[in-house]
Amino acid sequence: MGGRQGFGHVLPLTAAPPFAEPWEGKAFALALLSIRAAGVLAPAFRYALERVPPGDYLASYYHRWLIASQIMLADSGVLSAEQVAARAARMTGADQAEPEAPELHKPQMPSGGPGNLRTVDTPPAFAVGDRVRTADLHARGHTRLPGYVRRRTGTVTAIRPAAIFPDSAALFEGENPQHCYAVEFDSRELWGAGAEPFRLSIDLYEPYLERVT
Amino acid sequence: MTTAADHIDPAVRAEALASLLIERGLVDEAVMDNFIKTYEQSVGPMNGAKVVARAWTDPEYRGRLLADGTAAIAELGFKGPQGEHIVVLENTPDTHHVVVCTLCSCYPWPVLGLPPSWYKDPSYRSRIVREPRAVLAEFGLELGEDVAIRVFDSSSEVRYMVLPQRPAGTEGLSEEELAALVTRDAMVGVAEVAAP
Repeated sequence: MGGRQGFGHVLPLTAAPPFAEPWEGKAFALALLSIRAAGVLAPAFRYALERVPPGDYLASYYHRWLIASQIMLADSGVLSAEQVAARAARMTGADQAEPEAPELHKPQMPSGGPGNLRTVDTPPAFAVGDRVRTADLHARGHTRLPGYVRRRTGTVTAIRPAAIFPDSAALFEGENPQHCYAVEFDSRELWGAGAEPFRLSIDLYEPYLERVT
Repeated sequence: MTTAADHIDPAVRAEALASLLIERGLVDEAVMDNFIKTYEQSVGPMNGAKVVARAWTDPEYRGRLLADGTAAIAELGFKGPQGEHIVVLENTPDTHHVVVCTLCSCYPWPVLGLPPSWYKDPSYRSRIVREPRAVLAEFGLELGEDVAIRVFDSSSEVRYMVLPQRPAGTEGLSEEELAALVTRDAMVGVAEVAAP
């Protein structure tokens, strides 16, 4: 979403309970539990969120979570969208037959650290102060290199903990842990000479970065 | 593939998904209810407010918090999912920090709870990395031209929390009274803490 235009004014800073309606709380809990049930890690859920149809994505935050859980569970063969649709129809009074569950193909990701943090045996390729350029990656699956910082030059300001590589883990291609860096960009590098003056810091995995010499 | 053509009411979809997972033994209803209750009642910005008040009143704690946020926050008993590595950003008269997740809605749950609507909204996610001064002004925070802005996009497993400036005139307040002043919005960096 970074830098996209047309979304209008920000919403007011109102205090509201975390869940506006009881189903939102269920959607939240079901997402967390579905990640476990699907045998995946958080990147698979984020990738599923990115595949929610745009209209649904923008319509409601927790409905988006429900649809993403469904996509993720279908990816792992735990249950199909047709099962959910049939069950929903029966719950609202329709006499609809329920399809069989699909065949399981869970990725069985091991969980070897706090959350998604891991260790990497090789030393980090970059050090604090290094100038780096972000790669021209156009991932067909999932990535945590946002478009607005692609092909931009910045400075490493901190080494962050290594973690599973989202681009691999989301596609069930293994954890592939990578070093991670806080990289800072000048606003004019991102948005041109007329940009508001500020600095932007973002955490980027090593495969996203190239050294600037 | 799930499509918009499903037209399933969200509340019905939640029940349908829950019932399918429960009957398969993949979800325990009690665990589900416990998750909901936890984030409704015990995890929220009141946790982060305690961290901030401690940092304002105990310089050694403040030092530990800025050096290793995760460990210092755990000292007060706050840890858990989406808090595996927390970095605390200190606002000063010269520098203002503000936090976003442009890719989804990453947020430091153990200290702030679940994110509010404005944080999850495309308007905030798209604009704060492009025109932060204008967005902060829209929220009602007018920063002086001499204040440098640093925006943090939470794109990895690191989660960020802002340590706001202590308001003037609060020298006589207790740690508990100070914590009551600290808001969620100040700990994301879209507001300042107001004096009582």
